[in-house]
Amino acid sequence: MDFEDIKKGVVQLIKKAETELPDDVIKSLKNAYKVEDGVAKIQIDAILKNIDLAKESGRPMCQDTGIQTFFVEVGVDFPHISKLKDLIVDAVKKATMEVPLRPNTVDPFTCENHKDNTGEHIPYITWDFVDGSDVFITSLPKGGGSENMSKLGMLKPGVGIEGVKDFVVDEMIKAAGNPCPPTVVGIGIGGGADLALKLGKRSLLRPVGVRNKDKTIAAMEEELIKRINDSGIGPMGLGGKTTVLDVHIEVAHRHPASLPVGIAVQCWADRRARMVIHSDGSWEVE
Amino acid sequence: MEYHLDLPVGSDVIKKLRVGDIVYVSGMIFTARDEAHHMMLEKDKEDIPFDPSEMALYHCGPLMKETKDGWEVVSAGPTTSSRMEIFEDKFIERFGINIIIGKGGMGERTEKALQKYICVYTSYTGGAGALAADKVEDVPAVYWLDELGMPEAVWIFKVKKFGPLVVSMDSHGGSIYRDLKKG
Repeated sequence: MDFEDIKKGVVQLIKKAETELPDDVIKSLKNAYKVEDGVAKIQIDAILKNIDLAKESGRPMCQDTGIQTFFVEVGVDFPHISKLKDLIVDAVKKATMEVPLRPNTVDPFTCENHKDNTGEHIPYITWDFVDGSDVFITSLPKGGGSENMSKLGMLKPGVGIEGVKDFVVDEMIKAAGNPCPPTVVGIGIGGGADLALKLGKRSLLRPVGVRNKDKTIAAMEEELIKRINDSGIGPMGLGGKTTVLDVHIEVAHRHPASLPVGIAVQCWADRRARMVIHSDGSWEVE
Repeated sequence: MEYHLDLPVGSDVIKKLRVGDIVYVSGMIFTARDEAHHMMLEKDKEDIPFDPSEMALYHCGPLMKETKDGWEVVSAGPTTSSRMEIFEDKFIERFGINIIIGKGGMGERTEKALQKYICVYTSYTGGAGALAADKVEDVPAVYWLDELGMPEAVWIFKVKKFGPLVVSMDSHGGSIYRDLKKG
């Protein structure tokens, strides 16, 4: 097994996420360009030019290359599960030099910069187990500006679903231009505090324009897209029709006394890339 | 209106700029985030190794690469300006800043300082890091890199036609952000 080669694959995965946006996001931004005018159109135009330039030049589209965040689905029959964590951590260090990435991990108290994008609990990796012998890694670099607009609401169950919707709309209006709209908003409803936020973030993995399979939840997503866009906040908070590109909702069962709502916000640079590693060590960045 | 400004510019030019105008700047700009604001305000003015009043202030923590010829900008879009709100009025007064470049807008304290000291706040498209880097011609200096680290250090950029910047808070009390909040 050539672990150095797999590490190269993970570096390539990170580079792809940092320099190229998924087609679904680009398509959605191009639609926004069509409907906007004035200052809002200027913003979307700059975003689209920036996306092209980053891809052509192989440079990160945003200077905030984020906290390196990975969602890993491990096939239980993959023969080298114990090596995966070190492989990802080493790849992050290597990518910091090679892509390059901005050194974004600092000590929470002293602010000392670790300089290689690693540190306590970082990169942040979520592990899931699946059947088979392949490993799927999704890279979701998460910028600070949008992450700062995350919210947790421990609502009173009596406010019902309308209360949940009002909470989300109010928070996104308060966030205004700060998370670099047009954003993708991920919402987790139910579970406990941590699970609601986790579901919100995980829902960002879903492509833009894809609705929840549950019809009631899908309708709620559509209603929230409309209500947030009707706020007029617009691209970069400078006014316009497009404040969100999409809203994704995922749910969990909850305690009867709790109605947790977790909001994870992703900027227009909805960076995602995925790779597969096969049991023989071969890999592809999708 | 669209303006192409060669920095530095005087109060007469700043007064002309109104909310909604588009500006491109050429000349020197310096980056400063929260820590740089804090540090510069703690220092004696004579200990600041450059003249901030000759430059635009850019809220930015760039991604830089060191080459054998010096520093190269890889990606350098704006950072969220509201983090600097607690420092900005004092910063404008102390260092004679008259053009701020950032994203997301600023609050009431800055709004008052913009009017008192004749300064504008302009918005650059957040996340447009590659596009911004493309407008930087040279990186003549960096200060406090060891103490503050790459994103927080003060970088001096020589830029050409840096923009489009949207005047979003002007020196006459106008603010796109406040108007949108009111609905």
